[in-house]
Amino acid sequence: MHRRRELVGWATVGVVLCALAIPWFLWGSSTVVFGLPLWLWWHVGWMVLASAVFWLFARRAWGLGVETADSSERASATASVGDGGGSR
Amino acid sequence: MTVGLQIGIIVGYLLLALAIGLYAYQRTDRTAEDFYLASRTLGTVVLLFTTFATLLSAFTFFAGPNIAYANGPEFILVMGLMDGIIFGILWYVVGYKQWLLGRQYDYVTLGEMLGDRFASRRLRGLVAGVSLVWLFPYVMLQQVGAGTALEALTGGAVSYALGAGLITVFMIVYVVAAGMRGIAWTDTLQGAFMLVTVWVALLWVLAAVDGPSAATATLEADYGEFLALGGGLYTPQWMLSTAITIGFGVAMFPQVNQRFFAAGSKTVLKRSFALWPILCLLLFLPAFMLAVWAQGLGVEAGADGNVLPAILDELTTPWFAALVIAGAMAAMMSSSDSMLLSGSSYFTRDLYRPFVDATLSERREDFIARVGVVCFALATFVASLYNPATLFEIGDAAFSGFAQLALPVIVALYWRRTTRAGILVGIAGAQAFYFTSLFSSALVGALASLEASLTGTVLEMLAGALSALAMALTTVFPGTYAGWTPGLVGMGLGLVLTVVVSLLTSPAPDERPSRYFEGIGAD
Repeated sequence: MHRRRELVGWATVGVVLCALAIPWFLWGSSTVVFGLPLWLWWHVGWMVLASAVFWLFARRAWGLGVETADSSERASATASVGDGGGSR
Repeated sequence: MTVGLQIGIIVGYLLLALAIGLYAYQRTDRTAEDFYLASRTLGTVVLLFTTFATLLSAFTFFAGPNIAYANGPEFILVMGLMDGIIFGILWYVVGYKQWLLGRQYDYVTLGEMLGDRFASRRLRGLVAGVSLVWLFPYVMLQQVGAGTALEALTGGAVSYALGAGLITVFMIVYVVAAGMRGIAWTDTLQGAFMLVTVWVALLWVLAAVDGPSAATATLEADYGEFLALGGGLYTPQWMLSTAITIGFGVAMFPQVNQRFFAAGSKTVLKRSFALWPILCLLLFLPAFMLAVWAQGLGVEAGADGNVLPAILDELTTPWFAALVIAGAMAAMMSSSDSMLLSGSSYFTRDLYRPFVDATLSERREDFIARVGVVCFALATFVASLYNPATLFEIGDAAFSGFAQLALPVIVALYWRRTTRAGILVGIAGAQAFYFTSLFSSALVGALASLEASLTGTVLEMLAGALSALAMALTTVFPGTYAGWTPGLVGMGLGLVLTVVVSLLTSPAPDERPSRYFEGIGAD
């Protein structure tokens, strides 16, 4: 169950990363800050954030949804005698 | 003097690439796996840059900046979303799973991976065949580009045919000798070169025009609209359609997809994944902003329609502009050689071996792979001499064409219920839809001229039927669907077909879903 919640959480993060790479809320805006449109600064920040999120994912949750229960179970079996990974 | 310099730089680059290729040749085992995948040993920097350089070469210097120049800087957002984020996520979703499966079962191509799980030679052949149909004209376009560029550069001293021919011969020698390892090494060199030159170019131009604020101020004064987010070409539908189809298409492009198999370790994949969005940003931002500022500064695009060389010519020194242009041409070649290698692997592994000679030894396959490169390159070269309109159109639409493969493949990778019939129908259906929509206006035109030539009562009835058919074609295949592109609609169709047909059919007894869903893990 925990795995499942984690999967949904990271999937949501992925969708949000895609959804706001373009700052829709600045649509039509032509405000310029430090020589670049404000919406472009947002994008620059967003790409840096995406890298940070990818890095965090690679450290914390890599393998989620890809490696199958039996192999990840084997990995975690030593740490805790869990619920037997009932899902699949 | 500039011309001599440009040619000198190109020749210098080619010689350097050849030296790297020969060095790589000495280090290869004579097996197909080594030739295609460098025996799955690529490290972080090499994997990152070879994917980067293969993906983002000439487009970043020519076509991309031209779009930003004409329509505004929003293209940076489209490219960032497409390559930095969507492709980044697919790097994990498709790439990591493919890498695990490839290591476990020795897969070298996408078709092989799918054909094995669904126990279907037909599926394997279909994926390879479809990929080659899109890849062939795309490689041809690179040769057309190289031939045209060399002819323009030398003022016609090197003819178009000779230019394209020279590039072809070089690519053949290089790919046949170097294989994946050599290509990946030159890509690394070249990716780094692209990044450095584009930043030097940016700083140089900004120094010449007193900084970004001054450069943007000229734009603000004359073209306020230009800087506003959205407008003109940039509708939300267009931006999303483009980013999604190309982002998914890239992941299915043979030379990119195959790199998913070539990583040396899980750590390599993780590190490249995390660095990816920043790397994309570092390239797109300077390349496209240069073009945007060129608009404000009143720089005219050159005779070949390209703006980046024009602004460099105007605001930096000629030798530097020459260096960037030469780099872009070299980039074009490095994408082409990766495509040749992958095209040849799809042909030998997924068409020749299963359908012609199943008992191929490793050494023999390695030999045939190299012969495949020669044949593929020669065939695209011959095609480039004629540059037929149909092939040109297919090559131009290749990214969307490859995108049609993505969703059925992802469904198969993650949904155990997928059946052989489901994925076959999903892939074939999406391809048929996209092809028809690509050529629907040409078809309608053909029908109309046929109709006009029919006279007499019986024939007029036939003409009526033809015009009804033409009507139907324009209704089902309009240019856009409420602003969304046919490429995106086709992707949706492929998804629906794969899922629905899978639900309606039961898996064939010899399918092996366990391959994708049991015991998949690293270490």
